[in-house]
Amino acid sequence: MASPLRMTVWTRAVECLVLAAAVCFSLGATNASSRFNNLDHRLMCTCGCNEVLGECATIGCSSRGPEMAELTAQIASGKTDQQILAWFAAKYGMTVLAAPPAHGFDLVAWIAPFAVFGAALLGTILLLHRWADLPGGKTPAPTEAAALAPAERERLEKIRRETGSEEGF
Amino acid sequence: MAAFGSFTLLIALAFAAYNLVAGAVALRLIATGRPSRISPERLADTARRAGIASFVATSGAVFALVWAAFTNNFSITYIMEHSNRALPAAYKFAALWSGQEGSLLFWAWLLAGYGFVLRLMHKNDVKLYAYAGTILAGIQVFFFLLLNFAVPPFSLFNGPMPTDGNGLNPLLQYPEMVIHPPMLYLGYVGFSVPFAFALGALMMRYPGEKWIRITRRWTMVTWMFLTCGIFLGMHWAYAVLGWGGYWGWDPVENASFMPWLTGTAFLHSVMMQEKKGMMKSWNVWLIFSTFLLTILGTTLTRGGLVSSVHAFAQSSISNWFITFMGIVLAICTFTYILQRDHLQSEHQIESLVSRESSFLFNNLVLLTACFVILWGTLFPIISEYVQGTKVTVGPPFYDRVAIPIGLFLLFLTGVGPLLPWRSTSFRSIRRNFILPVIVLWSAVIVLLAVGVQPWRNGAFSRGDFFALIAFSVGAAVVTAVLSEFLRGARVIARQTNRNLLVGTWMLMRRNTRRYGGYIVHLGVVVVVVGLAGSAFNQNRQAEMALNQSLTIGPYRLEEVGFTQDSNSNYDSEYALLNVYEGGKRQFQITPERRIYLASDQPETMVSIHSTPVWDLYVVFEGTNPTTGQPIIKAFLNPLVGWIWAGLLVIVIGTLMALVPSLSPATAALRVPAAARMHAEPALKGGD
Repeated sequence: MASPLRMTVWTRAVECLVLAAAVCFSLGATNASSRFNNLDHRLMCTCGCNEVLGECATIGCSSRGPEMAELTAQIASGKTDQQILAWFAAKYGMTVLAAPPAHGFDLVAWIAPFAVFGAALLGTILLLHRWADLPGGKTPAPTEAAALAPAERERLEKIRRETGSEEGF
Repeated sequence: MAAFGSFTLLIALAFAAYNLVAGAVALRLIATGRPSRISPERLADTARRAGIASFVATSGAVFALVWAAFTNNFSITYIMEHSNRALPAAYKFAALWSGQEGSLLFWAWLLAGYGFVLRLMHKNDVKLYAYAGTILAGIQVFFFLLLNFAVPPFSLFNGPMPTDGNGLNPLLQYPEMVIHPPMLYLGYVGFSVPFAFALGALMMRYPGEKWIRITRRWTMVTWMFLTCGIFLGMHWAYAVLGWGGYWGWDPVENASFMPWLTGTAFLHSVMMQEKKGMMKSWNVWLIFSTFLLTILGTTLTRGGLVSSVHAFAQSSISNWFITFMGIVLAICTFTYILQRDHLQSEHQIESLVSRESSFLFNNLVLLTACFVILWGTLFPIISEYVQGTKVTVGPPFYDRVAIPIGLFLLFLTGVGPLLPWRSTSFRSIRRNFILPVIVLWSAVIVLLAVGVQPWRNGAFSRGDFFALIAFSVGAAVVTAVLSEFLRGARVIARQTNRNLLVGTWMLMRRNTRRYGGYIVHLGVVVVVVGLAGSAFNQNRQAEMALNQSLTIGPYRLEEVGFTQDSNSNYDSEYALLNVYEGGKRQFQITPERRIYLASDQPETMVSIHSTPVWDLYVVFEGTNPTTGQPIIKAFLNPLVGWIWAGLLVIVIGTLMALVPSLSPATAALRVPAAARMHAEPALKGGD
């Protein structure tokens, strides 16, 4: 059992860590252009280049300039990000948005990956539990090895040999 | 030459079809033991020889197309559309894979080449190789049918022969395009071989795991080619497309990434089967899926189902590919159902905290990543089908969904090697993890202090947040992997009275697969660090008159000239910019813009000055039509060089893992006799 003094040292260390993190996270200043940079990466260029607006590099692109100007005007008009994106979607169609909106059927696009990941994670954990609970799944403690039957000991030794020198990464 | 090419393709089809039919009949006769007039072994050997001949015939077709490109034979439509007289020799060769027909011919040739090697090595295991060779012949037949009847590369131009061709797509006139597609195709096509072995082994109920050892080597080589292909493609996009990035989550890029993910999962989980006879069904389906994904990627991009920024070769052949995938899936499912009792696991996992379970989680994450990318690629089609409205699934979607999964995978990259096989104790976990955890949190604090702050500028920056996690987890993974090296090397060095460097070398030679794999993990960390640098990209654009400057980061770019040039292939205009750092002139760069004469298409030639800290990336955007002044766009991209360095580390690690380990007998010869007795336990290399 850990001594109270040792516990206090650990608690202090964790407190210092959290404080240091909080101080560092709170540093920084507001930058007006970051909103423009954010939005021009959430919109597509409509020239057919299949690139986000902020990264269209098509030579002689006739869409990028007007779209950028519209974006600047929309930000200046005081609209929220969502209102600006809705304005662009109304003007150019849904394909101007670089990612599906998070409502209606398009919400499925966002939910499905996490749902699949969650289901697969749960399935893997259950599978591991099932395997570990199956007879032969648990390894006897090393002290019990001597009490094993010779055939079982040989099998264990074989596994040890197999997993020893050529085990890859 | 067109007639010769067409004829060789027809001959190649005949040989592959004979290989398929005769091989299948012979294997059926051997399996059933039914008497026949001809010896099934001899029949199988004639099938094998026909497979070898199909490679010779396909090589003839490839030679014919390349020859036609070099001799400017514009009577062949493909050559007229993808080459011209002024095209440099290297690009005439690259014309082979620049269009639909040529790239499919190239695919078929590589497939025949892999088959050629496989069929020559048949003595390793005659029956297994006969199965694999016959399955490979089935795939070859599909591609030869395509080339003979759907997209013939030697079709003749209607009308009088043009005096010159349309030229190669300007985007493809870049040195890397001579090497990137072959690498990528070697990767794509190469997965046919492990697929053929897996299906063959399942069909014949192959006893033991020898086929896994054979397959694993082929898979590693293929995986390495695919990795190189993907990275070269990234570098090409970076250097040619001129948007300052290297990965845009484009369907073509996604198509190459999906089989890489499942192939990586297979390389990990196959160790479970090799060592412990576990996950047999899983592995079989992983390699089936990997092969199907290589075909699906081609279907998606070539069939025009999804729009892509660099789908250079599109036509309506998707029905061929969909049919082929359907047949392959049906055969795989039928064989699996028929033989699934052969795939029973021999052992079970003994502990939830073990190397085995880390492989399971690794597979889970890799396959989830694959699903996310497939989902994102297909969602526009699904959305259009359900709602009648097409949506775009671009970088913001993948940044939010795929990057967290990638970071979790990075975390597992470090955790996996620290866990022993079978089971472990809490004490062992604490001993192995304490240092990486300390490094992780120290890195977080240092990074926050030096300015990697997700809440900078009054708003949450997702890029900075991911970069913070990537850098700190990366540091922890490097610590974990290096501590594994050091632990073993120190024991060997002490017991053999050698220095630590020699100890490390001996350790690696003793178990190349394991330590080669660790080097690959280090390479992955280097790549991730490079990718995370993109969170701090800067860019500036300015119209620059003579002697005007533009400042970005520590650099000041001063325009000292704007000039034009011309050759038989293209006209170009470029700016001459002196670059100053700390008030001192350091170097000169010349971003360029070309107009290719044959196609009358413009192209940007980016000027990149690369350092380990960042790339100065300068694009000549053209001239202002009113003022005539050049417009320059400059990017400062931190840590991009790390991505390419990481690839090098990955390749070194893979090559090392391919080298056979020193056998205990050989290892013993290399250890001084006096030290041998003490060194034996450490040399065994177990956990």
